[in-house]
Amino acid sequence: MSNLWARHKILETNPILLVIASLIVVAIGGLVEIVPLFYLKSTIEEVDGVRPYTPLELAGRNIYVREGCYNCHSQMIRPLRDEVERYGHYSLAAESMYDRPFQWGSKRTGPDLARVGGKYSDEWHLDHFNAPRAVVPTSIMPGYPWLARTPLRIDDLDDHLRIQQALGVPYTDEMIENAAADAVTQGQDFPDDEDGFLERYPNANVRSFTAGAETTGKLTEADALIAYMQYLGTAIDFDLYDDRTNIR
Amino acid sequence: MAEQSKPHVDEYTGVDTTGHVWDGIRELNKPLPRWWLWIFYATIVWSIGYWVVYPSWPLITGHLNGVLGWNSRTAVLEDLKGLQDLRAPMVNRLADAEIAGVADDAELLDFTMAFGRAAFGDNCAPCHGAGGGGAVGYPNLIDDDWIWGGQIDEIRHTIAYGVGNDHPDSRLGIMQAFGRDEILDGEQIADVASYVRTLSGLEPAPDTDVEAGAVVFAENCVDCHGEEGLGDHELGAPNLADAIWLFGSDHATITETIQNGRQGNMPAWEERLGATTVTALAVYVHSLGGGE
Repeated sequence: MSNLWARHKILETNPILLVIASLIVVAIGGLVEIVPLFYLKSTIEEVDGVRPYTPLELAGRNIYVREGCYNCHSQMIRPLRDEVERYGHYSLAAESMYDRPFQWGSKRTGPDLARVGGKYSDEWHLDHFNAPRAVVPTSIMPGYPWLARTPLRIDDLDDHLRIQQALGVPYTDEMIENAAADAVTQGQDFPDDEDGFLERYPNANVRSFTAGAETTGKLTEADALIAYMQYLGTAIDFDLYDDRTNIR
Repeated sequence: MAEQSKPHVDEYTGVDTTGHVWDGIRELNKPLPRWWLWIFYATIVWSIGYWVVYPSWPLITGHLNGVLGWNSRTAVLEDLKGLQDLRAPMVNRLADAEIAGVADDAELLDFTMAFGRAAFGDNCAPCHGAGGGGAVGYPNLIDDDWIWGGQIDEIRHTIAYGVGNDHPDSRLGIMQAFGRDEILDGEQIADVASYVRTLSGLEPAPDTDVEAGAVVFAENCVDCHGEEGLGDHELGAPNLADAIWLFGSDHATITETIQNGRQGNMPAWEERLGATTVTALAVYVHSLGGGE
């Protein structure tokens, strides 16, 4: 034993050796935890219905990240009884497969948003972003009134899609080419190219998400964020999903 | 700065020193406390037991399942099943009961109210308020004014299929944008807004012609709101002759309503929450201010 301790002393008295040895130990732990996720079948579950975000939803997601919504809201319903009771079906890995980066989080100052899509009306979301306490008196969420005043930047959406494509999201060149036009299409009530848009993004909500977009035809950041909110957690039809499929 | 020196035994305690010296002070080479060390070893042993019992190490084609066969997805399904079984006697009674008869069965009513209140808090309170008091643009559920009808089956239909959404059975009430769509000009809108205020005994705005407003009202508004402005549940047209206002009774708000129109919007809840929960919600909401 005393011999072993003496060898340990080499590490303890040499900072550089200690750093290298620590890295090796941590790397082993990391490799054992991470590498199997890439090849183990039981960790990869393919689910019907999940599609890449539409350009408008992606713009909304960028605003969600920009405003730091993830600091208070998680997007991960854990497989625990009370969470499923409150929020709906537990989140599947496939539901965030096109999230780069993912928004799971573990901090819940506000409620989980993984299945907030369709739960409240577009009007409610707008009122709530503008002044949360106007609709929920006990809320401690800050207001985001500038979202509805700020025009949405759409000329760079193709670049955002291109970046996501480079990271592995299956955006086609056609989607990238139509990115800005698709955002405009999704955000109005009776768009011209609805069929083409829905072919690219099945089951997307197409409507004016705010009264402002309805009257002026101009998209604001609120339109994008509401489009994103209303899609969250709605991709999978859980009537068709078999809970037992991925229990291995 | 620590200086290194040769191994040295402390003369007072008889313990080895580490060889580190700071300003002549030496560090005793004391072993870790035994109790701490043994707990540390025990956690290592415990982890081995954990690997045996629970899912653990990844392998080439799968992973160690553990002898218990525990799985978080199975576990949550079993937990939910347990919850359903616990509630089943009362939920089944509620599912089989006539909605109008729930109030006559004290035990069932007790359960239904608790069930409905819990669902209301999570799903309905964000718009209608924790106590059902509503907000501007979100109907108050404790008063006696019901846009789509305050009978329990009418309330149930509204909750189940919502208002102004994509569901085929959704209620649909759209008020036209009389100003924006250029059906009425600004003067006519100001007049009719004043006339609408007089319906519930409020003062008309100055510089408006109430009689002209009455003519505009008769030509444009009575189809939905009725000749006396009493509204129509079938069309979701609010009663304009009472003191209850969804968006506000001041002349400017009424003008805005007529200018841009209004459209109620409420999600359809039956698909999301299930029929029994919707029934419980209807019973609960009816208890708040139902009837008329």
